[in-house]
Amino acid sequence: MRLFVSEGAPGSLPVLAAAGRARGRAELLISTVGPEDCVVPFLTRPKVPVLQLDSGNYLFSTSAICRYFFLLSGWEQDDLTNQWLEWEATELQPALSAALYYLVVQGKKGDDVLGSVRRALTHIDHSLRRQNCPFLAGETESLADIVLWGALYPLLQDPAYLPEELSALHSWFQTLSTQEPCQRAAETVLKQQGVLALRPYLQKQPQPSPPEGRAVTNEPEEEELATLSEEEIAMAVTAWEKGLESLPPLRPQQNPVLPVAGERNVLITSALPYVNNVPHLGNIIGCVLSADVFARYSRLRQWNTLYLCGTDEYGTATETKAMEEGLTPQEICDKYHIIHADIYRWFNISFDVFGRTTTPQQTKITQDIFQRLLARGFVLQDTVEQLRCERCARFLADRFVEGVCPFCGFEEARGDQCDKCGKLINAVELKKPQCKVCRSCPVVKSSQHLFLDLPKLEKRLEEWLGKTLPGSDWTPNARFIIRSWLRDGLKPRCITRDLKWGTPVPLEGFEDKVFYVWFDATIGYLSITANYTDQWERWWKNPEQVDLYQFMAKDNVPFHGLVFPCSALGAEDNYTLVSHLIATEYLNYEDGKFSKSRGVGVFGDMAQDTGIPADIWRFYLLYIRPEGQDSAFSWTDMLLKNNSELLNNLGNFINRAGMFVSKFFGGYVPEMVLTPDDQRLLAHVTLELRRYHQLLEKVRIRDALRSMLTISRHGNQYIQVNEPWKRIKGSEADRQRAGTVTGLAVNIAALLSVMLQPYMPTVSATIQAQLQLPPPACSILLTNFLCTLPAGHQIGTVSPLFQKLENDQIESLRQRFGGGQLEETLDLKAKMSPKPAVAETGTTAAPQQIQALMDEVTKQGNIVRELKAQKADKNQVAAEVAKLLDLKKQLAVAEGKPPEVPKGKKKK
Amino acid sequence: MAAAAELSLLEKSLGLSKGNKYSAQGERQIPVLQTNNGPSLTGLTTIAAHLVKQANKEYLLGSTAEEKAIVQQWLEYRVTRVDGHSSKNDIHTLLKDLNSYLEDKVYLTGYNFTLADILLYYGLHRFIVSIIVTGIFSVVFRMIFLNLS
Repeated sequence: MRLFVSEGAPGSLPVLAAAGRARGRAELLISTVGPEDCVVPFLTRPKVPVLQLDSGNYLFSTSAICRYFFLLSGWEQDDLTNQWLEWEATELQPALSAALYYLVVQGKKGDDVLGSVRRALTHIDHSLRRQNCPFLAGETESLADIVLWGALYPLLQDPAYLPEELSALHSWFQTLSTQEPCQRAAETVLKQQGVLALRPYLQKQPQPSPPEGRAVTNEPEEEELATLSEEEIAMAVTAWEKGLESLPPLRPQQNPVLPVAGERNVLITSALPYVNNVPHLGNIIGCVLSADVFARYSRLRQWNTLYLCGTDEYGTATETKAMEEGLTPQEICDKYHIIHADIYRWFNISFDVFGRTTTPQQTKITQDIFQRLLARGFVLQDTVEQLRCERCARFLADRFVEGVCPFCGFEEARGDQCDKCGKLINAVELKKPQCKVCRSCPVVKSSQHLFLDLPKLEKRLEEWLGKTLPGSDWTPNARFIIRSWLRDGLKPRCITRDLKWGTPVPLEGFEDKVFYVWFDATIGYLSITANYTDQWERWWKNPEQVDLYQFMAKDNVPFHGLVFPCSALGAEDNYTLVSHLIATEYLNYEDGKFSKSRGVGVFGDMAQDTGIPADIWRFYLLYIRPEGQDSAFSWTDMLLKNNSELLNNLGNFINRAGMFVSKFFGGYVPEMVLTPDDQRLLAHVTLELRRYHQLLEKVRIRDALRSMLTISRHGNQYIQVNEPWKRIKGSEADRQRAGTVTGLAVNIAALLSVMLQPYMPTVSATIQAQLQLPPPACSILLTNFLCTLPAGHQIGTVSPLFQKLENDQIESLRQRFGGGQLEETLDLKAKMSPKPAVAETGTTAAPQQIQALMDEVTKQGNIVRELKAQKADKNQVAAEVAKLLDLKKQLAVAEGKPPEVPKGKKKK
Repeated sequence: MAAAAELSLLEKSLGLSKGNKYSAQGERQIPVLQTNNGPSLTGLTTIAAHLVKQANKEYLLGSTAEEKAIVQQWLEYRVTRVDGHSSKNDIHTLLKDLNSYLEDKVYLTGYNFTLADILLYYGLHRFIVSIIVTGIFSVVFRMIFLNLS
């Protein structure tokens, strides 16, 4: 037989590895052909690798070739292998070929590459973990391992694309990569050039279409219903029966909160918002709200928790804002600090401290760190040329200069970048520069500055990262950003500025300079703690006992993951460094960006004027938290999620459970006699609860929210199937069954109220008041599902938790907050790009229309189900199904999604 | 044809009496079968091969190593190419390729009828209209109407 391969064709990897294993079974000739040669006579398009069999037949599928080699060596086919290979062909390959194309042909990096395959990688990792075997189909390496390994090798051999948190995948991949047939295949195909060896082949391929639905999406990941073992069920039942007794005593509240030896001490920070701006929803979800969920969760676990944040107040922007508003910088800070504090209070953010950076402690600690760095030789001096406005008597920051672009002649180029040609500009190179404030012409002055000698600290940083990163919960984007900074090599960074509003530099000759914010802003966490307690060093100089979690959007990663750690390591004062750096991606607003200047988007202070409760905002923002990929805030989606997930799923379940107790059992939880079905439900809820814990321990906030919603979906189904409202009118046995179902349901509701606490604190408290949940059960969340409302427990008055959001209400909000967006966008786009802007409303229909269609789809769906249940005439069913499909298509169009067209009629 | 309906049809033609229940996963509605004595199985061709074994008709998966590999190759072709989001152009190419492949064959493996023929037939069923309209795919035509009906 003859194998046809082509230089750099990724399919050669698994095929050669599989051939290597079956070596000696048959004679194999290998021919190399060009990437565009047609080897198989009946295929129109070129395809390699191809195996020509002695019979003359062709195998043109990579997996089929590998399978053939395995079959020749006596292996027998099995279901699990078939399943892996089908998954590889239908799910992994589309995602992977897109990723490889981005990486190799388009030169993209990081999450642009990893984003499309992350779900598939996670799937492999979970499967390996769940079945607890070293290989995909059991204890020994087999066909499935070779095929998947070969497919993944080009990408994963670069450690940047093998996420460390997927540890099961990690060790599976490493094990296979060290096996001899695999090693040889890798050397033959990649020739030590890494993934770039695929270039000659991939360049000739058409661009693969990205896997469906993997773009910016707010849709949940798949929910797989796990299979339960008898043991798991038995354990869930035992835990349930122990009930309230198994709750540990509540930790007493301390003030101030200080680390305690022998306990888990969790220090949580949220990126300090810059004082002169009102935060928008993206800022809120990126830091304070995400950190708040984790802080609340941490307290539910009874971990000793301190959550702190504050406003970042120094810098040029504050000085300028002060000039604009005719106030002093201090007055500006005082004014905006209050605005920030109010917003976060409204959003129910549970800070232990919300401080500010303009305090004497800030000066003291910053200067101390600086002195230590200076004394240890980590500070350099150099001269920098800068523009200075003589009339304003100050040096101009880049964005306060305008002038003619030295590249394209555009007249309103900014000091850092030209809006017309997009090139980066060095402010001193601008022609005819103008001070943006007074319009006079600045002059070039040289000025002495101090630099942090990062190259000298690089080795210490790498050592620390090597100890910290493995096994930690740093998000993949944070790891990637730090890795790429290190790969490019660190350079000395200027840490001083010619400003007045800042921390003064304690060095002769630098009296009129201050520290640059990115040197001292992260020190703000320390000074804010120091203002909270004089024992602040027990948190910040205590790396052995303190677990530091820092939350931020990804643009802040270098300061927290690199600059501050370098300063702290250089200062040699045993500082607590970040153990888990949690960075989000970006949140967009309805397909665009939030923009204060254009009045686009919802800002923190406006959210409260919408009439929508803070908890609903929290829920929706957390539901779309940009975790792993960018996401978008959309009014229509918010309405849908409120009405479907909160009202119909969660709210409906909790309300029904409580109502049944009040209506059928006089407000007392009835006796429960668990059947095997109930026990299975207990075990499923327990499993989902465990998942919630696992996810939150890894700070996967958005995914954990889904677990909660899954539990209430289980609960709704349970009620629906068992129909307690009918059984209550039946025989004694029926009534007992109604009691058990109601009792179990209301206990699930109680569990949900606690799980909900980090996400929707007010709603959680409301449910707990309605159910009269005993206090310890409200404040502690264990990993087991307990019966916290035993038979005979009296509940309070039950009332609905959520309100329906109406279309006209949402539509008017959308208009209010999208205000002026259309003209502004057009105006801006006209300047920036030849592509016309699309009005957001052009792509989707009005929400009321969508809602109407959704109702119709539901109605029609019911008709079809009923007909099918009655085993009605086939033609009749078919006709109704056709109607349903048509409605679904209309809905898809209205929602602006590509309709699921029948194959062959794909719209252009 | 939804995957579940297709699998039920397959059960019937294999002579399996008790009908299995299928759930569907994800936006592509991939079928899932909860088996009695083990974990669930996911994927059309995976479940189909499982049913064939249940019905003791392993010969439908091919008898020799070569046949077995060819059957699986065309099963993969079915779920990746035939079910893929193909444009009219793609379908044209696909039918042309199949036509030329089947030129000198009765079935996909040559002379033996296998699961690959069944599932490819089900998969192509949807294109029947375009086949009639274009009228040139005689062999595919034959496969659909003569051999498999």
